[in-house]
Amino acid sequence: MTVLGQATKWIGHPVPRLEDGALLRGQGRFVDDIELPGLLHGAFLRSPLAHARITSLDVSAAEALPGVRRVLTYADLRPLLTCDRIPLAMPSGAIRFDVDPFVLAKDEVCHVGEPIALVVAESRHVAEDALALIEIELDALPAVVDPRLGLAPGAPQARTDCPDNLVAKMSAAYGDVESAFASAAHVIAEEFHIHKGGGHSIEPRGIVARFDGGDDLMTVWDSTQMPHQAKRVLVRTLGLFEHQVRVIAPDVGGGFGPKFVFHPEELAVAAAALLLKAPVKWIEDRFENFMSTVQERDQYWSVEVASDAEGRLLGIRGRLVHDHGAYTPYGVALPYNSATNLLGPYVLPTYKLDIELCLTNLIPSTPTRGAGRPQGTFIMERMLDRLAGRLGLDRAEIRRRNLIGPAQMPYDTGLKTRDGGAMIYDSGDYVACQARALEIAGWAGFEERRAAARREGRWLGIGLSNYVEGSGRGPFESAAVRIGPSGKVVVTTGAAAQGQGTVTMLAQLAAEALGVKPQDVTVIAGDTAASPLGLGAFASRQAVTAGNAAHLAAHEVREKILHVASAWLEAEPDDLDLADGRVHVKGVPGHGRSFGEIASALAGLPGLALPKGTAPGLAAAVDFRPPAMTYCNGTHVAEVEVDPETCVVKVTRYVVVHDCGRLINPMMVDGQIIGGVVHGIGSALYEWMVYGEDGQPLTCTYADYLLSTADVAPRIELHHMESPTPLNPLGVKGAGESGTIAALAVIASAVEDALRPFDITVRDLPMTQARLYGLLGGARP
Amino acid sequence: MKPAAFAYHTPASKAELLSLLSELEDARVIAGGQSLMPMMNLRLAAPSHLIDLNSLPELGGIAQDGDTLVIGAMTRQREAERSPLVARVCPLLRDALEHVGFQQTRNRGTVGGSIAHMDPTAELPVVASALDGVLIIESVRGVRRVPMGEFSVGYLATQVEPDEVLVRIELPLWPEGHGWGFEEVTRRGENFSVVCVAALVLLDGAGRISRAAIAVGGLAAAPVRLTEAEAVLTGAVPSEEAISAAAAFAGELEADDALFVPPDFKQHLARVLTTRALRSALERAGSQVHA
Repeated sequence: MTVLGQATKWIGHPVPRLEDGALLRGQGRFVDDIELPGLLHGAFLRSPLAHARITSLDVSAAEALPGVRRVLTYADLRPLLTCDRIPLAMPSGAIRFDVDPFVLAKDEVCHVGEPIALVVAESRHVAEDALALIEIELDALPAVVDPRLGLAPGAPQARTDCPDNLVAKMSAAYGDVESAFASAAHVIAEEFHIHKGGGHSIEPRGIVARFDGGDDLMTVWDSTQMPHQAKRVLVRTLGLFEHQVRVIAPDVGGGFGPKFVFHPEELAVAAAALLLKAPVKWIEDRFENFMSTVQERDQYWSVEVASDAEGRLLGIRGRLVHDHGAYTPYGVALPYNSATNLLGPYVLPTYKLDIELCLTNLIPSTPTRGAGRPQGTFIMERMLDRLAGRLGLDRAEIRRRNLIGPAQMPYDTGLKTRDGGAMIYDSGDYVACQARALEIAGWAGFEERRAAARREGRWLGIGLSNYVEGSGRGPFESAAVRIGPSGKVVVTTGAAAQGQGTVTMLAQLAAEALGVKPQDVTVIAGDTAASPLGLGAFASRQAVTAGNAAHLAAHEVREKILHVASAWLEAEPDDLDLADGRVHVKGVPGHGRSFGEIASALAGLPGLALPKGTAPGLAAAVDFRPPAMTYCNGTHVAEVEVDPETCVVKVTRYVVVHDCGRLINPMMVDGQIIGGVVHGIGSALYEWMVYGEDGQPLTCTYADYLLSTADVAPRIELHHMESPTPLNPLGVKGAGESGTIAALAVIASAVEDALRPFDITVRDLPMTQARLYGLLGGARP
Repeated sequence: MKPAAFAYHTPASKAELLSLLSELEDARVIAGGQSLMPMMNLRLAAPSHLIDLNSLPELGGIAQDGDTLVIGAMTRQREAERSPLVARVCPLLRDALEHVGFQQTRNRGTVGGSIAHMDPTAELPVVASALDGVLIIESVRGVRRVPMGEFSVGYLATQVEPDEVLVRIELPLWPEGHGWGFEEVTRRGENFSVVCVAALVLLDGAGRISRAAIAVGGLAAAPVRLTEAEAVLTGAVPSEEAISAAAAFAGELEADDALFVPPDFKQHLARVLTTRALRSALERAGSQVHA
């Protein structure tokens, strides 16, 4: 493996994860592992109704229960806050009205599970006992649950503080789509309902907050993807100064999107700690996680595709109605990603999608792994399958005819990214990628396998899907590399780790530059006290942003070591080598100095000069600003076996060819892709958060809401291509979400293919057995 | 998700257990805890007293008593699943046990606990129904023997009174050479069943069906025996026609509506799975069924 033309020792190698030793020994330190003297425990009273006015709230009986310290409501916490609502809005021209939440419900509840009161008690058990003693009267209001109904004339208001439910309206468009359709040889129209599952991290949300009156310092341990954002919100809402708030994301047991969003509970618990002058812990339980953590949900698409006589795309047009939920903590990003990612790796000359976001009386819908992209990919891939059927073409062939060729790179799609930049694919060979996946999967030989299986009474199907993913979103990420007189290499970063291997990845990069082993590098991520600036985990970005920052910072430190050592050892920098925490003259390992000695000299001695031509400290800090998003891509091919009698679907084979540019740690990328695929299979077949017409959630346990499990996960055959991006020094692209993006489309294509004799069209996700049963109708055997 | 406060009791003998049950108000017994603990954590159940049966080894154990398989209520599902005796004399039960919950929950969950909980989709009540099992229920008032067919009194409700406890299950065994089939559909891999079917058949010397039993679970609060189908099969020559005719009865059973599984789909599955279970049973009994 080489990077920047050099042979590498750590970059590109499957370095075992530094995180795993502690986690496997049960020595991880998650929020719930934080124990503090005098720690109190919180439990939230949550709305039992999807939409209601609070007419009375009496907490006196609950407060009288032995062991209860206080029961806090909006009225109790509001005096501590600088503003009425929690300022979360992300700027967007399309938003007609930002709807920020209150710390606790003020006078109107807008979804089941919305927090109304916070009981603080000596134990969680007592706190839950007290919840039953809170007397609340609610005046039920009509609820909006289906966004299509919510946008219809005369629909009830999902929120009384908004004039209507159309919270945003926008378009993704370029080219003359009407002319394209007028000249088309083929036009196909379809309707789709896509339900996408939630984040479902093993560790739900959790927070411990402590206000130390002695040094006026608020410390918050928060299971978050975005510690710096949490700090910013807390500083602003609590009227504190930056130096008074420290947010630490300790070990985080998975994020997958929802822990990007600052939830009202995070402020309520911090405010309670401030008010009560005592540390407070709240750990979300799984039932709460279903009822009150942001999730992805429903999109309704009406689309038409136009092609020429050979199946080359001429245009796509349509309408997307998106269920946005009751608040707007993530702007319009989710449906916008769906709209822009629909293009995938294909040449689409014209496009016009009108997008309407409807407020509903459900939990806010915000990105989970894939962040809207699987839905867009699903639409494009389904329409290509339909076109292939219409033209009598092989599904792979119609894709081949429409793929963007390698010579067309960089490829300007004609769309804008969320931050207003041009959406330009930077590198990749989509044609070769699909060809390789088809070859590995034995696409050409499938009909023989299908026929052999039919003779045994089994129904096999095969599907494929291509995708791209915009990754490495800016505006920046920070990393600093420091070596003190101890000689220890420390990397601090504003990036945040949730188990994806961020620590190992950054340690590999620093180790590569500095000639140490990754296990000898300490990485501090997710602590606002360690890094003054930072963003965190979202948009498959941290290898791109924090990775390049650490890489550049480590090389600055390396240069400084060489500079100092060059004078001391009387050798040219080119004649020096870094190894095992020392710098030495090449070929003479004994003639050198330790990093600690150089760091000591740069730390300064009273009244003595620093080494000539150096600035103080053996350290460097870099905020890496990606010039644009970088686009990874891939092709998935899946085989399924469907039992047309029971409608049971089994995924029997899964091939992924994936290109995320230069690989830093192929083993960790494999883990990300495999996890993403399994998550995507769940979205395709199982995951469905169901609500009644009254907005009551009906699937709040894992007995009702099904995730993919190990026993239904196929062996995933994974192959990498490496098309380095020119947009960052390492040439890396993101990988965290991409496994999910194609999985929905590829499973749909394969299931439909298995049932080809019955001539069904899969339009809706998830493909539950009952839905397949309905599709088969009288045609089933 | 923390349980409400409760008093915890560990009786040292069955006599003490029965006396606790007769004295305590609002008490529940806990066996493997695979259903009751989640219900308590969700506060769907909040008993004042919890009586732990794990301190009573005499409530466990598997034994053959003549033509009857006797299973102590506290027998772990995993123990029954791995029991050579069960595999030899009651393979239907062994096959069904593989589908109960997950391997992890079977290590803890008990045979009696599953039957006493009477989840409509549970496998063990279906097996007990097909085998005409008898449930032995005790209290200080005495011992009752309740046939499986009379055990359920509604959704998640059984004949067991608040002062009573299920102590063992008696399963009348079928003769050597009988055929069995257990089929189920789950919404995802190894998971709770949607519909499951247990079938037993016995052939006479001429290859005709001399006896048949079919039980269907998942459609209603309790398993349903397909007595009409059994009557149709008895005396019949094994054939696809006979199987279809029997399975048609399954397709006409009353079915509850359930999230993700509408009644017509349940009925369809009952018919398909009855067909498959009967085919397996007939094959295992030595019959070659041809379409």
